[in-house]
Amino acid sequence: MKATCWMGRNTVQVQEVPDPKILNARDAIVKITSTSICGSDLHLVDGYVPSMIKGDILGHEFMGEVVEVGKGVNNLSIGDRVVVPFPIACGACNACQNQAYSLCENSNPNAWMAEELWGHSTAGIFGYSHLTGGYAGGQAEYARVPFADVGPLKVPDGVTDEQALFLSDVLPTGYMGAEMCNIRPGDVVAVWGAGPVGQFAIVSAFLLGAERVIVIDRFPYRLQMARDKAGAETINYEETDVLDALKEMTGGRGPDACIDAAGLEAHGHGVAFAYDRAKQAAKLETDRPTALRQAIMACRNGGIVSIIGVYGGFVDKFPIGSVMNRSLTIKAGQTHVHRYMRPLLERIQNGEIDPTFIITHTLPLDQAPHGYEIFKHKQDNCEKVVLKA
Amino acid sequence: MATEQSQRGLENGKGQRLARALGWFSHGLGLAQLIAPSDVARLIGVKDDDDNRALLRVVGVREIVAGFGILVRPRPAGWLWARVAGDAMDLTLLGAALTSDNAKRNRVAAATAAVAGITALDVLCATRLRSSRGATVGSAPQDDTRDVEKAITVNRPPEEVYGLWRDFENLPRFMLHLESVQVMGDGRSHWKAKAPAGRTVEWDAEIVDDRPNELITWRSLEGADVRNTGSVRFNPAPGGRGTEVRVKLQYDPPAGKLGASVAKLFGEEPNLQLREDLFRFKQVLETGEVVRSEGSLDGARLRQRPAQPPEDGTER
Repeated sequence: MKATCWMGRNTVQVQEVPDPKILNARDAIVKITSTSICGSDLHLVDGYVPSMIKGDILGHEFMGEVVEVGKGVNNLSIGDRVVVPFPIACGACNACQNQAYSLCENSNPNAWMAEELWGHSTAGIFGYSHLTGGYAGGQAEYARVPFADVGPLKVPDGVTDEQALFLSDVLPTGYMGAEMCNIRPGDVVAVWGAGPVGQFAIVSAFLLGAERVIVIDRFPYRLQMARDKAGAETINYEETDVLDALKEMTGGRGPDACIDAAGLEAHGHGVAFAYDRAKQAAKLETDRPTALRQAIMACRNGGIVSIIGVYGGFVDKFPIGSVMNRSLTIKAGQTHVHRYMRPLLERIQNGEIDPTFIITHTLPLDQAPHGYEIFKHKQDNCEKVVLKA
Repeated sequence: MATEQSQRGLENGKGQRLARALGWFSHGLGLAQLIAPSDVARLIGVKDDDDNRALLRVVGVREIVAGFGILVRPRPAGWLWARVAGDAMDLTLLGAALTSDNAKRNRVAAATAAVAGITALDVLCATRLRSSRGATVGSAPQDDTRDVEKAITVNRPPEEVYGLWRDFENLPRFMLHLESVQVMGDGRSHWKAKAPAGRTVEWDAEIVDDRPNELITWRSLEGADVRNTGSVRFNPAPGGRGTEVRVKLQYDPPAGKLGASVAKLFGEEPNLQLREDLFRFKQVLETGEVVRSEGSLDGARLRQRPAQPPEDGTER
């Protein structure tokens, strides 16, 4: 089959690889119809996530048709149309039983590696380095889906691929980011990053009752999408001082909750940004917390900072004094996708959410490298690339 | 014996902490030499000219590389020896500076003394880590017994967890270095373990203590290739979280060639190996089997391959 492979830093190629096969009794094989490139894939391609091996198949947002099931899978049949959550979860461990699916205790065969870096391991993730399990990803013609009796959600007829695909990651991720904000009537929520996750965080914050949502980014086309399609107010941080603007817009209080939907490669300017770039380049810190620092400083006293942008390792100059003295709450996590897929599918079906507005490019799988290129460099007003296998 | 072992653990812990400190020191020094070679040159009393600045930058890159290696490796003895080699280079350069005409002798002498001190620390730390590593490959001087201990929580009741372990023939399902365990009755069993180069190591064992749902203790019998004892304890985890499983293994590899291969068998890091065995034990109980990924086909850490489906016939 054809698959999108990581061939080294900044090198993505579509290659011919063996077809997947059942390795565990609870596996299913899915023939992929639609898959997409995630902002967090860029962290892999840019070389910020350790433990990649040349030839690794990328991709953790995918859906398709079940073509084979292992003998332990009773809930799926050949021919079912399914969307697959990006974390792999067994459904039986303590974490899964508490619905903390991205913390599944059994699905990362390389837990030892994650323990070295993070103290404890998280769940395995499709196509996301060997640190999270070394699973072949979904930017391919076929994928093996472990614990297929737990993860995949059947997609009803009448729901298109484009409507269902983002249930695999970015829609639940934006939603969980907003949910962690404990939004109450009158709340103002600020979102750093107007990429796909940021857009869905805005939409979700409104659904959960936010009065106003303010998004911070530097690309006019992304800010415009957030204004026109998601209903947010916008700040372009290259033109405006973000902290001043947020204070001014909230009567001096600061946003009640701040969502970091940017993560470890956030951009910024000035001395602090140059400092982080240099330290990251010299491998003295792994992550660049430009957006996170700002989210903390901006948040109102006693407010919530919700981190859904991906971080890999260590950051520097973390404003812990601001967090402690001002009673801030930090919440974070890889998304417990399984928890959100069904309720969000219902919201899609009844028209509350139309996730298709983020799609700017649809390409054949063959053109995945081009997709990575335009997505990474924000060319051609690229917001989200869907690949058709 | 217990004291000696905890002493060794302590030494190892100290070695790791010292290694970390030296790793960060490498980073800091390296960065200073990269960014401000002139200041460093003045500080150590050598002439602030193009040659010396370039040299200091090279030394700076070396420090950063060594520092990164020390910090990211679980057992960084190799990188620490790289630091020792670097120290030797620095001492040579400083020695040359001491005898050159345009150096400030007092400062160069001070820098030389400082580097000599750091060299001593590096050697001490690398030696400590090497000896603790040596302890797993059969070269500790007085006491050859190895002792490993790990715990894991399994979301199943103690009866079930005990039950899977109590049938020793199940152990090879999750202890990947075991080829087979054959239960012979009378509390006796025959164990066969894989050794490098297709060899096997075998021994008979007997159950010493068996308290259903609580504890199993066993030990090898006379004539074992590897004398060993083990115990596994099962305690209910609080709040209905299943069962806490605590395993202790002690083994005594024979000297010589066989000893070395036995040591390899138990892995360079027996702690990690036992941790992984328990991880797979949990997988078997909670999910029904050992979980496999394309990059880690047998669920083992040692054989990472690209995350691509295996070719036909290559899977385990």
